[in-house]
Amino acid sequence: MGKLYERLKLDYRFREGFNSCINCGTCTAICPAAEFYKYDPRLIVNTVQSQDDDEIEKLLKSDTIWYCGECMSCMTRCPRKNAPGLIVMALRNLSIEMGYYMESEKGRQQYVLTKDLCGSILKYGYCVYPRTFKYETHKEAGKVWKWEEEHLDDVYERLHANLDKNGPGAIRKIPKEDLDDVKRIFDVSGGTSRMQQVEEDGLEKAGELGLTEEEYSEKVNTECKIDHFNH
Amino acid sequence: MIYEGKKKIWSDYQKDIPDDHYFYVRSCIRQTFFPASEAAFLEITRNRLGKDVFETEHHTTCGGIAYHCDTIPQETSMTIIARQFALMHKYGYENFVCSCVTSFGLYCETLEAWREFPELKEKIAENLLKSCGLEFAVPKVLIHSSDLIYKYRNPIAALAKFKLVNKKTGKPLRVVEHIGCHYSKMFPSKGVGGAEYPYVLIGMIEAWGGEIIDYPERRHCCGFGFRQYFVQANRGYSLANTNKKFESMEPYNPDMIITNCPGCSYFMDKWQYVIAEMNHKTYGEDGHGIPVFTYEEVAGLVMGYDPWDLGLQTHLVGPEPVLDKIGIPYDSDAKYKGVNGKNIGKPEEVDCIK
Repeated sequence: MGKLYERLKLDYRFREGFNSCINCGTCTAICPAAEFYKYDPRLIVNTVQSQDDDEIEKLLKSDTIWYCGECMSCMTRCPRKNAPGLIVMALRNLSIEMGYYMESEKGRQQYVLTKDLCGSILKYGYCVYPRTFKYETHKEAGKVWKWEEEHLDDVYERLHANLDKNGPGAIRKIPKEDLDDVKRIFDVSGGTSRMQQVEEDGLEKAGELGLTEEEYSEKVNTECKIDHFNH
Repeated sequence: MIYEGKKKIWSDYQKDIPDDHYFYVRSCIRQTFFPASEAAFLEITRNRLGKDVFETEHHTTCGGIAYHCDTIPQETSMTIIARQFALMHKYGYENFVCSCVTSFGLYCETLEAWREFPELKEKIAENLLKSCGLEFAVPKVLIHSSDLIYKYRNPIAALAKFKLVNKKTGKPLRVVEHIGCHYSKMFPSKGVGGAEYPYVLIGMIEAWGGEIIDYPERRHCCGFGFRQYFVQANRGYSLANTNKKFESMEPYNPDMIITNCPGCSYFMDKWQYVIAEMNHKTYGEDGHGIPVFTYEEVAGLVMGYDPWDLGLQTHLVGPEPVLDKIGIPYDSDAKYKGVNGKNIGKPEEVDCIK
């Protein structure tokens, strides 16, 4: 039994999501990611079940663990009450802790995700916030969103929101003392150190590639090899 | 299977939904893209049904999207959640209702983990005290806001001005119901009807006169996939899964779609536009898409609220075909006006989808 497997066992999601896999493949049959990417959750669980550290290390360094969309459809259907989605979350967490995530294209995407989402939580108190959700990078939101973005205050007033104002309501300004609480939560629970680690890893990589921070963000946000896909 | 056995299975998926007194927390996605839906929820529950649904400005995101994009440790999301529960307790409530399906799933996951691993619960309580000085508490009842509208579906039907019926043919509108994955796929016993036969939206549609469509990919994910949307390079995953659902439902000629998850509402609306741009294909009648509604919007429509008060002007797929079928009046000139008829322009026209 290897040390990586022992590390996985410390994760509550792993303990909840991994009983014993009978390799039936039901998870793969139901998985939205398995149809789109070269992805097979059955094989992931099988590799973990082998407790072979070399194989687990390969998995942690691969794109494979980043293909899951965490819809958790697998959890409903597994006849042995495993949750491959939870196992994947534990693998991703360990991959980041070990620094292995920097060895895969999909893993390196953590840089932009962490910067954007954690940055938004700490600054505004929301994961998604309309003033930073730009039409330019979300053209699928269509010309309606472009119009909303150009007239945000008027549109949100019409829609009964309380955009950036005091008091309760949709997209209100969250009071500073509450944002301070959230910051302290990040500090005591490992959120801040996780953010710092991912930022440092990303900037180091950007330096190696001779890219500015902005160029590196653009690269990890848009780079996509063709061999991820099934078709 | 004998009838008694069936009754027992169904009873496992019934849910205790108290009639009144809730602490309400908002959804990052719903308040950003469907703020009028949250307003309709509070208007209907508080002002039309006279219920006590309390909100404080001090609550925040639950961190669910960041958690499911693997950007924050489990302990961080759990401590943010503990803070939400502590606020509920501080304001004297025991029943917790959340607007977001991702949050609902994460609250369920958190409570289950705390139940199973008491040492984790203690650690989070310590974190909470240390970071926020708040007393740890858990809700007596946790529900999603669609559960509450389900609970009130018959009182809403009694107040309704319209039914989900085609006024010309007299036939019920054909409705696709889409349940957000995190509502009950992780913890089936926490959702009305479980994961295989979730009844939360069916109950509303049947009470308000519509007819539910069954189709092969009914329970397939909308395709959000968290990181599969928030990273630009991954968005094909999200689009391909929505496309799969629409191809599957197309032969059944739905009039409309209702969802209980704000992310699903967003993706099933927006990706129809992208499919129309890319494949020149639309799934409704005469170049229209299939209108997608939140359950608050549908409740508001049957109760006679102005479609533009409900925010339907912000949908990419126009709701007009459904409004026309039901006979709901609307002022096209007022569609994109601001408060008090203020002129704030209108979106540029698109010619690939109506």
